Amino acid sequence: MSLWIIEKEKMAPFVANMQSDYRVVGPQARGTKFAFAEVSDPGDLRLGYNTTILPPKKYLQPPEERMMTFRRPDPGVGRGEPRAKMTLEAPPTVILGIHTCDLHGIKVLDQAFGQGYPDAHYLARRKNTLLVGIECLEPCDEHSFCKSMGTSTATDGYDLHLTDLGGAYAVDVGSERGAALLEQYAGAREATEADMQQLNKVLGAKWPRFPYKLDLDVGELSAMMSQSYDSPEWEMLGDKCLACGQCTLVCPTCFCFNVYDEVELNLEEGERWRRWDSCQLDEFARVAGGENFREHRAARLRHRFMRKGRYLEEKYGELGCTGCGRCARSCLVDISPVDVFNDLHGVRCDGGE
Amino acid sequence: MSVMHDESIYTPVMARLGKVEQLTKLEKLFTLEMPDGASLGNEPGQFVEVSLFGIGEAPISISSSPSRSNGTFELCVRRVGDVTNALHSLQPGAYVGIRGPFGHPFPTASMKGKDVLFAAGGLGLAPLRSLINEVLDQRGSFGRVIILYGTKNPSEVLFKDELLEWAEREDVEFHMTVDRGDENWRGHVGVITTLFPRVTINPRNTVAATCGPPIMYRFVLMELLGKGIPESQIYLSLERRMKCGVGKCGHCQINDLYCCQDGPVFCYKDIKGLEEAL
Repeated sequence: MSLWIIEKEKMAPFVANMQSDYRVVGPQARGTKFAFAEVSDPGDLRLGYNTTILPPKKYLQPPEERMMTFRRPDPGVGRGEPRAKMTLEAPPTVILGIHTCDLHGIKVLDQAFGQGYPDAHYLARRKNTLLVGIECLEPCDEHSFCKSMGTSTATDGYDLHLTDLGGAYAVDVGSERGAALLEQYAGAREATEADMQQLNKVLGAKWPRFPYKLDLDVGELSAMMSQSYDSPEWEMLGDKCLACGQCTLVCPTCFCFNVYDEVELNLEEGERWRRWDSCQLDEFARVAGGENFREHRAARLRHRFMRKGRYLEEKYGELGCTGCGRCARSCLVDISPVDVFNDLHGVRCDGGE
Repeated sequence: MSVMHDESIYTPVMARLGKVEQLTKLEKLFTLEMPDGASLGNEPGQFVEVSLFGIGEAPISISSSPSRSNGTFELCVRRVGDVTNALHSLQPGAYVGIRGPFGHPFPTASMKGKDVLFAAGGLGLAPLRSLINEVLDQRGSFGRVIILYGTKNPSEVLFKDELLEWAEREDVEFHMTVDRGDENWRGHVGVITTLFPRVTINPRNTVAATCGPPIMYRFVLMELLGKGIPESQIYLSLERRMKCGVGKCGHCQINDLYCCQDGPVFCYKDIKGLEEAL
């Protein structure tokens, strides 16, 4: 497909045009940090942001989501047929300015909710959502290890993908829906030979800015994790870990949830909701009889890393870790996947010598 | 924009409670009818998610065999958490939400022609009963049927009428034990492993199915393997927290497997290397 150009002064009208038909969300400043939020003034968009506190996952799998309304049998008598009706919130949405690591994270979610039994709630939202990526031109901060994970750029998984050329954005079209969005709202022009040269220059300059952070090739990660299952590292990390669950809340590929009911005061009507849950919390694997199948912090922490480094990839064919660095940034005791993966790799190499 | 339709795997259908039978102090047997007399379509070893609106949802193994469905199915439920306590307070005629059946069942077809050894501990008899009765209803298709059942004490014995029937049948070898007897108990006393010396088997031609409390599996496995039954012929039904039942919510994971999808019935050879399994 051909390359398009949106001049920077045309970004605000582009956003405003889309807003008549879509909820447009994008990165905006929150103190010294950034967060994805609905755009009210296109001037608030910060496409040059480093990272966001939460990944854009929240628009596809909301932190809390009403799944159904129900009517209970008559209270007291316990008779009469209860009823349940699915509820669905899937507003037409454009997510603007998604970093390539987060585009990768959405691929994992697509698999998790689409494979096997389809999750109608997620899939309806996904269908109504367009993804506009932005090429990262420098690492977010010292915690980013996207280059090692192979996610510092993207060749698919988006409807449109922007690259900042200085005075304009180059736009790569990734889908028919993306092409339609561009044509209908953007006021873009076709790229010239000079634009192409500028794009190649920008992309060429980007690569050296990203450091490799892992001591092993990402292709070895799954096998390395498999061999590290009984490593003493997990006990050491378990002693340090506070089991607070922050790492899973900020993770772009964590999708576990819990389900709970809320009842109106009349005790007749209510709603069933789901919300993000964390395998790091003590009660995650506990059953009503009292048995806790992952009782120790070390076991829970290992489970999270096994999911990120191995299980999700084996099940869904997509790496479970995007190298975004959010878990390391949010960890109160400085547990970082880069250190964990490198330490496990180091021990394995030492052990083999 | 909010749209409503009912294509969600999370929306239960309403089943009606028929008979409710108190089996022990803690366990009741519930007979449920699906809407419009539809069949649940379960296979032995599968489970359903039981919903009581306003309380929540819990995974419960199906205790009845497909061979005896007649448009109904049975759940043997211990009163232990929020949902099960609320369920115990319901009377016949009440409605409960049902999703399922879910999960990987016992491989009934491939057990045909083989001797079948059942080892049930306590409430573990509930899921095994679906397979036991399926096997008994196609009795000619199977070899020997050996049932070993242990409970903590005589007051916790489930399905007493059926146990009597099994004990009286010529074509069923039934052995039972309690960890501790009482003044009226005339039977065997000891943990379930003390029943194994009473049976001799042809290990190559025997398939074993077992379910019980977490602590039981290691000891029963030692006995089964000790008798020479191959790992590929031992099946276990495992309990986990299963919120969604469809491999999404993550709660029931056993290493890289989902108990709700890859299980709850597992072949021992597939899980023996998984630390989180047993």
